[in-house]
Amino acid sequence: MKRLTGLLLLAVILLILPFLFPDNYYVTVVGVTALLHAVLAVSLNLLMGYAGQISLGHAAFFGIGAYTSAILTTRYGWDPWAAIMAGLALTGLVSFLVSRPILRLKGHYLAMATLGLGIIINIILVQGEQLTGGPDGLGGIPTLSLFGWAIDTDLRWYWAMGATMLGVVWLALNIIDSRSGRALRALHGSEVAAEMMGINTTAAKTGVFVLAALIASLAGALFCHQQSFISPDSFSFFFSIELVTMVVLGGMASTYGAVFGALILTFLPELLVVFEDFEVMIFGAILMLMMIFLPQGLFVGLQSFALRWLSRRRAAALHTAGD
Amino acid sequence: MFDQILQFLLTGITVGATYALVALGFAIIYNASDVVNFAQGEFVMMGAMSAIAMSAGDGLPIFLSLPLAVLVTIGVGILLQRFAIAPARGASVVTTIIITIGASIFLRGVALLLWGKSIFALPHFSGEQPIHIGKATLLPQNLWVMGGAALLVLGVHWFFNHTTHGKAILACSCNRTAAQLVGINVGMMMLIAYGLSAFLGAMAGILVTPITFTSYDAGVMLGLKGFSAAILGGFGNPMGAVAGGILLGLIESLAAGLISSGYKDAIGFIILLLVLFFRPSGLFGKATAERV
Amino acid sequence: MALLEVEALTKSFGGVTAIADLGFEVPEGLVYSVIGPNGAGKTTLFNMLSGIYRPDEGSIRFMDQGVVVGRQPHQVAALGISRTFQNLQMFFNMSVLDNVMVGCHLRTRTGLFSAALRLPRIKREEMLSRQWAQEALAICNLDKFIGQEAGSLPYGVLKRLEIARALAVQPRLLLMDEPAAGLNDTETLEMRKLIRRICDSGITVLLVEHNMGLVMQVSDRVLVLDYGSRLAEGTPVEIQNDRRVIEAYLGGEVRYAL
Repeated sequence: MKRLTGLLLLAVILLILPFLFPDNYYVTVVGVTALLHAVLAVSLNLLMGYAGQISLGHAAFFGIGAYTSAILTTRYGWDPWAAIMAGLALTGLVSFLVSRPILRLKGHYLAMATLGLGIIINIILVQGEQLTGGPDGLGGIPTLSLFGWAIDTDLRWYWAMGATMLGVVWLALNIIDSRSGRALRALHGSEVAAEMMGINTTAAKTGVFVLAALIASLAGALFCHQQSFISPDSFSFFFSIELVTMVVLGGMASTYGAVFGALILTFLPELLVVFEDFEVMIFGAILMLMMIFLPQGLFVGLQSFALRWLSRRRAAALHTAGD
Repeated sequence: MFDQILQFLLTGITVGATYALVALGFAIIYNASDVVNFAQGEFVMMGAMSAIAMSAGDGLPIFLSLPLAVLVTIGVGILLQRFAIAPARGASVVTTIIITIGASIFLRGVALLLWGKSIFALPHFSGEQPIHIGKATLLPQNLWVMGGAALLVLGVHWFFNHTTHGKAILACSCNRTAAQLVGINVGMMMLIAYGLSAFLGAMAGILVTPITFTSYDAGVMLGLKGFSAAILGGFGNPMGAVAGGILLGLIESLAAGLISSGYKDAIGFIILLLVLFFRPSGLFGKATAERV
Repeated sequence: MALLEVEALTKSFGGVTAIADLGFEVPEGLVYSVIGPNGAGKTTLFNMLSGIYRPDEGSIRFMDQGVVVGRQPHQVAALGISRTFQNLQMFFNMSVLDNVMVGCHLRTRTGLFSAALRLPRIKREEMLSRQWAQEALAICNLDKFIGQEAGSLPYGVLKRLEIARALAVQPRLLLMDEPAAGLNDTETLEMRKLIRRICDSGITVLLVEHNMGLVMQVSDRVLVLDYGSRLAEGTPVEIQNDRRVIEAYLGGEVRYAL
């Protein structure tokens, strides 16, 4: 059960926060956004951190999930859960179809192709006005209810999003620690060697690409029902970049790192608001500095620092005991 | 119909010339340091914005403010290399991508702070009297863009093929260690490459801003287009990047005119994806095989 | 009955012929070496045998039924062919144990979705994989490195780790591409014993190696390549006395190895 200690700790923190800070804007409003970002970052980290396939277009799948559910519920009166399923199906189909040609590419070419895909889908959201409402967005999206329990307050959304996040982290941890997870990490390390070990790298890449897209799509659906209004801006190229930054900032190939990166990048702009006009500039500077001085990521960096400190203390304790 | 197409072609070449300069900047930096510089578009914005700022109101006359703006941008490029790229040497592809994205956000932030969110323009260099070619029309500034871009491309070509410094930069890109061993000052060459790339960006900005206007975030889309153009032409192939730029400009202009202006960017990117799928090394690049 | 039959194999790269009309047979249970000067086409041959390159012409038959040509590397691996690489292809982002557990991929079944939900059978499979990996590590004397990260290990250990990983696949045929390159004398001796041990355990070894001393001591049969064609084939003693071979090697190395 040592494997899941971190997850348990995370659950406990999530559980006590609303009681420690009742009705706090940073818990139930920014917090919900942070949890949503964590879900997205964890999914992207499976693809990017573990399998080593960079994607600058992850927001596209987030958008497909959100818009499918929004359109089906507002324009066609579908039940939200059925709409979410339809969104997942569509995302699965799109991601499967593009995965083969896209994942044959590597490095900067893969970055460019995923970026292009993200931009194309965003343009479709902006231009397809009859369906998507165009740049003005789409409103009046109904909220979700679970067995008669309507998720209609900030606090309830906090619980729903928190549970989703824990579930996704659990899935990710399970995958990484399995045959399939090792296959992903292996093809990151060396594609030919992975093939020689009998791993069908094309299938493995497709699998993780589709899985990451499905998780993003689910996050998108939750997002649209939580916000009740969406516009293409939330699914732009910038958001894709933000997601990549969360993953790298936390530390690639670390699920908790991705969660940590998502929290930082969600709360940082909130804190920088006090700098008013300097906000954008400071954000850019922080991004650069962290990547220059902590390229392995904040979480992983802090983690190894803490481990070193602990082992030094232990060594010192042994030393004094020996005296 | 023919006149219309001629008009689209002329517009496309003008836009494409700007893309070509940005793509060329991408290719130079990529060749020299293996970094995809996502702040390339910000060079374009910086060049145009600082020129406008310096000549605004009772400021400097245009013939002074333009060269000064170019110098400022070159300075930005050199600072970027020295303080953001050089310290992160050996970092992974993703890390360098995020550093340059951080740099681009930083530069946008600076521009936002200095000049706000308004849209600015530079005066046309030689009047706004349209020139008629058949039924198509052209502004004198379009000629400035095309001619300027052509001269710059030729200049860069000459620089890399006929000067010691140019060849030294190419040597660094082939093999850094070997370049160092034959006495090339690699650090210096990197600064020159980034400076040159910033110079091209600033020139593109100054040439095209009288037609397209500019604002603090004008660099984002231009940067992406330049990156696409560079990939389209075959990454790391400077003249391929130029051809890719012109081609992308033409595709977009024709798509906007004949299909839909709202989808013109999407069509550009779809063609880019198709090229990547079927000819991943770009239209003018050479395929490379992985050695095991 | 030969385990591997290669016939009329040809491969060229942009007009340069790397392998020309090459044929040979590897009998089961032997250490079979392929030698030849640099550029003789040894690594190209390995890349074709493992499905990385597709030959222009010719056939590769494995265990009578398996046709290698036209299969992707992971399908070739499933036939029972595993390999190591000349320049290390380690999974540096993983631990030593995980590296070798990747080798157990073909011996286990569970997919992405049952892994995500941590279905009960995963636990059993994980335990088995760990056990198999430990066995493979033990054969290569790597037990003591089991908890370390692959990226932190010295070169000589990594060379053996690649072999352990390939053994975890449980191949019938193991292709070893220069296992002794870069090793010192003690390590080379240890490598020789390891190759012999692998062969004695019933795995046929196809070896490419530049260290003639090692080749002559460890091999049962030797194939000499020159410019992608077969120059000679026979027992180590026959090869050492073959005039054409001595000429091709400028008379030096082979005699020296004697």
